Amino acid sequence: MANDHFVRFENVDKSYDGKQLVVKGLDLDIAEGEFVTMLGPSGSGKTTCLMMLAGFETPTNGQIYLDNKVISDIPPHKRGIGMVFQNYALFPHMTVYENLAFPLRVRKIPKDEADKKVDKALSMVSLQGFESRMPMQLSGGQQQRVAVARSLVFDPKLVLMDEPLGALDKNLRESMQYEIKHIHESIGVTVVYVTHDQTEALTMSNRIAVFNDGKVQQLSSPDELYERPVNSFVAEFIGENNTFAGEVIDSSGDQCKVKLNSGTEILANPIVAKAKGEKTTVSLRPERAIIDPETAMDNNHKGKIEEVIYHGDHTRLRLDLLGNNQFILKVPNSSNRIDIKEGREINIGWNSVDCRALDPK
Amino acid sequence: MSQEQILSSDGIPLEESLKKAERKNKLKAVLLVAPLFLFILIIYVFPIGDMLFRSVDDRMITKMLPKTFNAMENWDGKDLPDEEVYKGLYDDLTYLKKNKTYGKIIARLNYEKSGFSSLIKKTVRKINKFEEGNYKKQFIKVHKRWGKNEYLVALKNTAPNWSYAKYLKGMDRKFDQDRNIIQVEEDRRIHKILWLRTLNVAFWVTIFCFVLAYPISHLLATLPMKYSNLLMICVLLPFWTSLLVRTSSWMVLLQQQGPINDLIVWIGLAADDNRPELMYNVIGTFVAMTQILLPFMVLPLYSVMKTISPSLMRAGKSLGGTPLVSFVKIYFPLTIPGIGAGCLLVFILAIGYYITPALVGGASGSLISNTIAYHMKSSLDWAFASALGTMLLVGVLAIYWVYNKLVGIDNIKLG
Repeated sequence: MANDHFVRFENVDKSYDGKQLVVKGLDLDIAEGEFVTMLGPSGSGKTTCLMMLAGFETPTNGQIYLDNKVISDIPPHKRGIGMVFQNYALFPHMTVYENLAFPLRVRKIPKDEADKKVDKALSMVSLQGFESRMPMQLSGGQQQRVAVARSLVFDPKLVLMDEPLGALDKNLRESMQYEIKHIHESIGVTVVYVTHDQTEALTMSNRIAVFNDGKVQQLSSPDELYERPVNSFVAEFIGENNTFAGEVIDSSGDQCKVKLNSGTEILANPIVAKAKGEKTTVSLRPERAIIDPETAMDNNHKGKIEEVIYHGDHTRLRLDLLGNNQFILKVPNSSNRIDIKEGREINIGWNSVDCRALDPK
Repeated sequence: MSQEQILSSDGIPLEESLKKAERKNKLKAVLLVAPLFLFILIIYVFPIGDMLFRSVDDRMITKMLPKTFNAMENWDGKDLPDEEVYKGLYDDLTYLKKNKTYGKIIARLNYEKSGFSSLIKKTVRKINKFEEGNYKKQFIKVHKRWGKNEYLVALKNTAPNWSYAKYLKGMDRKFDQDRNIIQVEEDRRIHKILWLRTLNVAFWVTIFCFVLAYPISHLLATLPMKYSNLLMICVLLPFWTSLLVRTSSWMVLLQQQGPINDLIVWIGLAADDNRPELMYNVIGTFVAMTQILLPFMVLPLYSVMKTISPSLMRAGKSLGGTPLVSFVKIYFPLTIPGIGAGCLLVFILAIGYYITPALVGGASGSLISNTIAYHMKSSLDWAFASALGTMLLVGVLAIYWVYNKLVGIDNIKLG
C-alpha cells in the first residue's frame, strides 16, 4: 500500500544567519515510490531542503517526517537515506567494489550476501567488471553511475540526488537522465531530485516542485507545470514564454478581457488576475500561436517579423506584436512552410485558453 | 640513403635550423639556472663532500712520518722492528723538530694509544743528542716504551691514508692493537646513549606534534575563511619569530621560579619547596621542540585536508557509517599523505636539532647535534664531527628510503 505522505515537510523554516530565511514555511508531501524534483534557480532553497532531509542541516522551525516518523533527532547515518552528491563523492582511496560495499559493511551484512548486492547494483548501472577499478580511473559518466549504484546498494526506501548530472556533458547528461528514470521505474524507490535544469526535471519527474525565494511556487506534474503554470515565475522559469503586461477590464467565467499597455484588448484565461481592474501579466507559449490560422481564433493580430533564427528542426521568429518586440514564435521546418522573411507582416492567432492572465511582474 | 633530407623553407636542413632556433632558449635556460646551480654547488654539495672527505681523511700523520712508515712496510709486527725503522723514525722526528711541527702528531698518536704524548715529547727533547748508528738502542734508552711492541704496532696502525676509525668511535667501538673491532670501555660508551636519546626525542616530538597538529589542521581546513585565516596566522606567528627568541621564552616559562611552575604549585601538584625541574633535562627539550616544530606538521596536514571534499564525510554518514567509522575509514586514510609528509619532516628536523636542546636540554637533554657542535668548536676534532654528521645524514637517508618503500615518496604532499 503506497503511502501518500512518505516524506512530509511541515511548515519548515531554515535560516543560516538568523537574519534571512532560506526556506520559508515549506509544506511538501511526497508519496512512496514517487520521483519528485526540486527545481529552482540557485539560492532558491532547494538544496537546503535536501540537506535537511538528509540530516546535514537542521530545520530552524517545523518538522520533517519520513514514513510518519519525525526525523529531526535522527542522525544522518541512522536515517537510511541513499544520497548521490553533486561531485559524486566517491571515496577516492577505495575501489568501486569497496565503495559499494561500504554501506553494506557498516551494516554488518555477511560478505557473500554483500557481494550479491554489489553485483546487482553494478548490473543495474551496467558496470559489471569494474569492481577493482579506482574511481580516478573511471570517466565522469562511469563515476556518476557508481555513485548512483552506491546510493541504491543498501536498498534504501528514499534516495536523494543533488544535481548529480551537473558535471556531465550534454549527451551524457541526457542518456543518464533516461537511465536514472528507468532505474527508478524498475525498483520503485522514492527519489527526491534537485536540479536547476528544467529539461532534466521535465524528463524525469512524476512531480516537480518549483522553488523560488525559499518557497514552493508550484508542485505538479511536468505537463501540468508547462501547460498550466500558476504564476508568472513558473511560466518564465519553465520553457519559453511570451508575455504582455496589461490590466483586466472585464471578466466573465473562464474568459477575461485584458487591455494591454499598447491599448489593444485581448481575450485571456483568468488564472491569478480575475477581478476587474487588476494588473496582470499575460503569458503565452510560443508554440501555441499559429501563423495565418484558417479558422477564426479568440485572438487575431498582425505582427512584423524582426528576426529569423534557424534552429535545424524548427525556425524561431522574433516578432513585434502588440507592443512586444520580443515575441517568439516557433515554426516547424516542414516542406510546405510559408515564405518567412524579415520585415514581413503576418497574421497570428491564438485561443484565450492558452493565454493565461497571471500575476503582474 | 634514399631518404630525402627535410629542409626548412630557407634551405637549411630542418634539424639544424631547429637546433639553431632552440639554442638561444637553451642558453637562456642555462644562464637562468646557473646562479642557483653554483649556489647549491658551493654551499651544499661542496661542504657535504668536504665533510665526507674529512671524516675518513688520515693523511696528515702519513705525510709527517714518511720514512718510518716506509721502513715499517716489511715489518710483521710480531717482534720489535729492525734498526731500519728506528732510523726512519729518527730522520722524521729530527725533521719535524727542525720545523717545530711535531705537536700535530702527538694528538693524533695519543688518540691511537695513550702514552704517546710523553713518549714523543721526551724523545724529541733528547733527539739532538743521538749519535749516528744503532738508533734502536738509543731510542729504547730515551724511553723504554720504544722497546714495547704495542706502541710500535699502534704507530704502524696510523700509517694508512684513509681510516674509518672515527665512525667506529661514533658507535662506541675502536680497533684493538690487532686491528680487531671491539667495544670501548663500559664507562666511555656515551655515543650510543646519545644516538638512542636523539632517536627517542625525535620520535616522541613527532608523535606529540602529530597529536597536536591533526585537530588544528582539521579545524583550519574546515572553518570558514574568515576564522581559518586568523587561526593560520596564530599557527604561523611563532614561525616568523626568531628561533632563539622562542627557545628563550620557553626558558622563562619553564624555569623553576617560572609561571608554569607557579601554576603547578598553585594547583597543588607540587610543594613550593619541591618545584619540579622542567628545564635542563629531557622534558624541556620535548616541550620546546614540539612547539617549535608544530608548524611543520600543521602545514602539510592542512594542505592535504584542504583538498578532501566535505561531501566525502557526508557521503560516509549518509551511507550509514557512524561519524567515527566514517572518520576512520574515509577521512583518516585520505590524510595519510599529509601525515607521512609531516612526520617525515618533523622527524628529520628533530633528529638534527641543535639550538633548542643546547639551551634547554642541559646534560640529560642534549642530543647528537650538540656533540657534533662540541667537537667542531671545543675539542676541534673536526674529523670526528664530520663522521658523526655523516652518520646522521646516512640515518636520515635511511629513514627516507624506508618511508619511500612503505608509503611511496610520490604520495607525499608538502603543500
